[in-house]
Amino acid sequence: MTERFVVAIDQGTTSTRCIVFDRRGQLVSLAQQEHKQYFPRPGWVEHDAAEIWRNVERLAPRALRRAGIGLDQVAALGIANQRETTVLWDRDTGVPIARAIIWQDTRTDGLVHELAARPGAKETEERAGLPLATYFSGPRLKWILDHTPGLRERAERGEVLCGTMETWLIWNLTGGLHVTDVTNASRTMLLDVRTLAWSPESLAFFGIPAAMLPEVRPSIGVFGTATAAFPGVRIGAALGDQQAALFGQTCFTPGEAKCTYGTGSFLLLNTGTELVRSQNGLLTTVAYQIAGEPAAYALEGSIAITGSLVQWFRDQLELISSAPEIETLARTVADNGGCYIVPAFSGLYAPYWRSEARGVIVGLTSYITKGHLARAVLEATAWQTREVVDAMNASSGLALRTLKVDGGMTADNLLMQMIANVLDVPLVRPLAVETVSLGAAYAAGLAVGHWPDLDGLRSNWHIAGQWMPAMDPAVRATEYANWRRAVERTFDWIQPA
Amino acid sequence: MPGTVQAIERAAAILRTLATGPGRLGLTEIARTLDLAKGTTHGILRTLQLVGFVEQDRNSGQYQLGGALLHLGTSYLDINELRSRSINWADPLAARSGESVRIGTVLEGEVLVVHHVFRPDDTFQTLDVGTLLPLHATALGKVLLAYRAGGVSAGAELSPFTRRTLVDPKALASALEGVRETGWAAEIEEMTLGQAAIAAPIRGYGGLVVGAIGISGPVERLCDSRYRPHPHLITYVRDAARAVSRDLGATR
Repeated sequence: MTERFVVAIDQGTTSTRCIVFDRRGQLVSLAQQEHKQYFPRPGWVEHDAAEIWRNVERLAPRALRRAGIGLDQVAALGIANQRETTVLWDRDTGVPIARAIIWQDTRTDGLVHELAARPGAKETEERAGLPLATYFSGPRLKWILDHTPGLRERAERGEVLCGTMETWLIWNLTGGLHVTDVTNASRTMLLDVRTLAWSPESLAFFGIPAAMLPEVRPSIGVFGTATAAFPGVRIGAALGDQQAALFGQTCFTPGEAKCTYGTGSFLLLNTGTELVRSQNGLLTTVAYQIAGEPAAYALEGSIAITGSLVQWFRDQLELISSAPEIETLARTVADNGGCYIVPAFSGLYAPYWRSEARGVIVGLTSYITKGHLARAVLEATAWQTREVVDAMNASSGLALRTLKVDGGMTADNLLMQMIANVLDVPLVRPLAVETVSLGAAYAAGLAVGHWPDLDGLRSNWHIAGQWMPAMDPAVRATEYANWRRAVERTFDWIQPA
Repeated sequence: MPGTVQAIERAAAILRTLATGPGRLGLTEIARTLDLAKGTTHGILRTLQLVGFVEQDRNSGQYQLGGALLHLGTSYLDINELRSRSINWADPLAARSGESVRIGTVLEGEVLVVHHVFRPDDTFQTLDVGTLLPLHATALGKVLLAYRAGGVSAGAELSPFTRRTLVDPKALASALEGVRETGWAAEIEEMTLGQAAIAAPIRGYGGLVVGAIGISGPVERLCDSRYRPHPHLITYVRDAARAVSRDLGATR
């Protein structure tokens, strides 16, 4: 009998990857392609959705070839995607009407301020489980409709469709199926998180024609069969990347949490079928929904800039030639020398949600070297995690005992040790760093019966590495206080126009 | 006298041009200086860029000498870069073999552990990244020694750890010859009683060995009753080494 595999597409912020997984959830092959980042103005970030789809078409055969398998050995296809990124396209031609606007894009800053002052704003936030912020797709969609002459009319006639990246990929994979999953839909501000349906009131608040929206489906359940890239393969699941990572870490029980360290970092805590609202700047979001079952919810602490601060250090400051070298440079000094970097490049996300904040480097003296700056870059990720964990503990009423981590930055031992130190809890890395892809694969495999149940998936999870806290409590307290003073200096930088 | 390789002569000329030039130079300028076709020059520059000897400015597209030239004598691959690039392949090796995985490079005559994946049985284990191990008494070390020009230095002190440690330079040299022939190394109770290990080389551009990856565990799990490593475990280790090497740009 030939072995069967599950393929995941991880459509991320900087690249798209196709990964083949075996039955034990181990990576068999990986093919990856970066796509171009467009920065047409300060604060604007765009992708070419057509380029991303072309990359998927190219990566599919490459991943299968490297695994040495044929399409007939692929049991299912799962999709995980960068969330909140919004693309509009022509229903007839399938051509995007403009570049996709990325989750990091802050062009809706003014609009969000204006919307927040309107009647119905509070209720809209309540229905969505999210604060009004530039991060989410709803304001973005309104901005595009407001700034493109004639577009709203075309959208009302159903000639123009919109979606997040999984919607765009499924449309292209299936040749015209217009669907989204509940996790991605829960990031638009247009979904009612309780009913898991588009809210007519929220659509009216943002002025979004219902005709342009995709159909909302459970995350796990066959969406359709691909006719392109993976012809004949069933699409078993689609999830937002962070929800996929939660699934890949097998956090199926309420109280289980993970933090994924990538471009940004995202800590999600499974709250089960109970919808928990946070008073501390955390988001209420859908964790996953298996077809025919109630949805599982999560509390999320989102940090906008972590890995992308290292990229900025590499590409814009050119102080290192590859991202992992940040650790080498940071280890040339023993501490941060009194220097702190707060990367509020697109405002601050959790727990502050200050879109007018901008980044600062404070504590500069002639003593500071690039080694200190490298340390401050890594420490920024550690302290931002600490703030989110504090908010999580306050909202859930439980103290986090260990943190499950994943993502590319877990290869940085110095960073992992710093995080364990500032949280004062052990950090655990599972035997699969690519949990985003793994979660999409697990979900897709579950949908088609490749894996029998959640317990079967859980037995694949093993500890691959662990970092124990080792920091003087007095130093921790002083440094945390310094960090918070640095954060305060980012506030109110952008003045309302 | 064997013939010379024209491409290498031209590459050397390009490096000299860049070294003596006023800073960054454009493709056209380099090609004109050396009276070479632009296509040929571009091909050589791209290859030099790949190995780190030349860098291209992202904005102007002009070329300059690369940082790797300045560090020719030291390890050319950053250890954190090596860990980052191998992490995806070390995990499956631990999962398939059921044993702990370590990746090592040479640091001042010892093996520096740059990455460690726990044995996947969820027992308490401690990360030993940063630990130094002896070259001659470990599978990782023997791989690194086998592919090192000069091999074991003549006067090297080969300290015994167990009765099985190779302390005779001749015996070690012959073991290293075996490693080069088979492409993998084993360590059977040479460092710690009851423990065994299997390792294979990680190669970068041009086939240069930049590290070693291996598994270690109890002799009874890694070896058969005649103290020979299980062939399927050797295959897992070599497959993982090849996967990392491919990601690092080795062609075979």
